[in-house]
Amino acid sequence: MQTKNFASWPIVLVLTAISLPLAIMYASLVIDSFTNTPAGAVLPNEFTLEHWAFLVDPTITGNVWTVTFNTLIFAFTMVVVVLSVSATGGYAMSRLNLPYRRFFLAGILVMHAFPSVTLIIGVFLVLQFAGLYDTLIGVILVKAALTLPFGVWIMKGFYDAVPWEIEMAGLQDGADRFTVWRRLILPQVKPGLVALGVFAFIDGWGEFLLPRILAPTTEFQVLSVYLNNVSVPDSVDYDFNLFKSVGLFYTLPILILFIVFQNRLMNIFGGGTKG
Amino acid sequence: MQIVLKDFTKSFDGLTVIDKLNLTINDGEMLALLGPSGCGKSTTLLAISGILRVNGGQILFGDKDVSNLPSQKRNVGVVFQNYALYPHMTAFENIAFPLQVRKTGAAEIEERVREMARLTHIEPYLDRRPGQLSGGQQQRVALARALVRRPDVLLLDEPLANLDAKLRLEMRSEIRRIQLETGITAILVTHDQVEAMSMADRIAIMDHGRIQQIAAPEDMYHRPSNTFVAGFLGNPPIVFLEGKAIGNGAFESASGMRMPLPERLTGLAADQPIVMGVRPEHFGVKGRHTVRGTVSFIEPQGRETHFDLTVAEGEVLRSIQAARTDISLGSEVEWPLDVDKALVFDSEGNRL
Ligand SMILES: Nc1ncnc2c1ncn2[C@@H]1O[C@H](COP(=O)(O)OP(=O)(O)OP(=O)(O)O)[C@@H](O)[C@H]1O
Ligand SMILES: [Mg+2]
Repeated sequence: MQTKNFASWPIVLVLTAISLPLAIMYASLVIDSFTNTPAGAVLPNEFTLEHWAFLVDPTITGNVWTVTFNTLIFAFTMVVVVLSVSATGGYAMSRLNLPYRRFFLAGILVMHAFPSVTLIIGVFLVLQFAGLYDTLIGVILVKAALTLPFGVWIMKGFYDAVPWEIEMAGLQDGADRFTVWRRLILPQVKPGLVALGVFAFIDGWGEFLLPRILAPTTEFQVLSVYLNNVSVPDSVDYDFNLFKSVGLFYTLPILILFIVFQNRLMNIFGGGTKG
Repeated sequence: MQIVLKDFTKSFDGLTVIDKLNLTINDGEMLALLGPSGCGKSTTLLAISGILRVNGGQILFGDKDVSNLPSQKRNVGVVFQNYALYPHMTAFENIAFPLQVRKTGAAEIEERVREMARLTHIEPYLDRRPGQLSGGQQQRVALARALVRRPDVLLLDEPLANLDAKLRLEMRSEIRRIQLETGITAILVTHDQVEAMSMADRIAIMDHGRIQQIAAPEDMYHRPSNTFVAGFLGNPPIVFLEGKAIGNGAFESASGMRMPLPERLTGLAADQPIVMGVRPEHFGVKGRHTVRGTVSFIEPQGRETHFDLTVAEGEVLRSIQAARTDISLGSEVEWPLDVDKALVFDSEGNRL
């Protein structure tokens, strides 16, 4: 429970005023995708589902479901890779007496602070060299690698908050180090894992730049790239309302995830303490 | 089981914290490791438990050298200062954990956990998580978890430090009861002399990684081997007067105050520098010598009253007496001193 020592309505008022334009835009986005507006008019005059026809009719923009499925695979793979490496790497960073530990930590911080675009040329060369350019695996590896410094750092913070004595008690109770980690330590950092997993999913779902640059011609198209393709304004059949509905379709999972997990996401910033 | 430390040595990053420590804990006894902060109590405990590796010497459980065994193979039960219960498990699961990792059958786990719960009086709380238990209850769960696999030795690191005064009193006797009932060999680490005196069969006093004396509590209080031990035990503490023997069984303090030496030490050679130690309970009640002085401090404690008596420039004697209100600050008094109970130390601090 938080103590309440000032009135909250002024804050609510200010926040509402600031986010009002955003809310209005979203509302108009939703309305526009379901209606037609005559040229020149401000208000829509008819209800229609034609802008959503792309969901069932592959001739409009290609099969959106394949693309969605691709994006899901991409995002889920991100979650799996980021979670498994961060959960183990964070533990190692927090607890094990690794050689070059300080060097690793510093490296992680530097990586974390680096804008990933600046690395893209180097990454490009590496992928080319490894033969992974223009492949899905390549994009996933690069994206995961760029997210990992954040993930490992966050998980290290969560592990740091677990008392050493719990680990000692586990060893004393006869468990080996791995059992201690899996049965005693991992459950303590679960809030961190949940938050990081959601974060990695959203991050993967939204990624545009990397698939676009590192796998430009591959069959494997993700939603962000797909959205970009429908929105080429100078093409002959450009349809702004179609763009809006695809955009909405693309945003929907993120909104749902965010609503479901909003409290848990805050954990990342609270370092795991329940407040 | 008898535990023996032989020339146990431990250093951290080249800094030797404990150098060649020898200690024997008898089968079934509770030994208190008592000493000021940083003297190496926890280090010794963690070495016995196997969490810290020894840098030299041996640790024997019975006849078996366990120095190089990891903690999993040592069969030691530990209760940590903050209890270190597993927060995501119920009390039952906490106690069952050591048995589970040993792949004990479910029926036997059930039976042994219940048995421990009976012993530690936590049967009603087995379904609760640590967060839903009081400090005292958590402590009992920690004890039950440490004891459930019938360890060779039970290690307790400051087990009462996190409890409030009343619970501390209760758990003091509870831990002792459980130790006696199970007959387990136990080592209690504490920096609280009252805890050590009231719970342990024997006390080992440590300072700077060295054991100063090992003895039964009463013995140690009345026959401390040196000034460090004498000063550590007793509250309010003993007062030391520096000076020298002047022959004829008398002592003269630095300020020139004279008093007789205890009967047993009248033969001390003249001019030998010595230190007299006077405990507060031996001053102000009875005795064959009287000391004059000015009352410079009064502290009523309810049942008793503590006084400081300035007897000379820079020399203060302390007295503890049954509660009295007839003395006021600054009054001149003449109180008896039981010189035969006084402790006498040589210039190195060893008791004569
Ligand atoms: N991991 C470590 N690395 C370096 N020095 C250590 C380590 N653990 C303990 N020490 C040092 O060893 C000495 C003994 O520490 P120890 O924890 O055994 O003291 P203690 O008697 O338990 O004190 P307290 O009553 O404060 O718990 C201290 O000087 C401490 O600084
Ligand atoms: Mg300690």
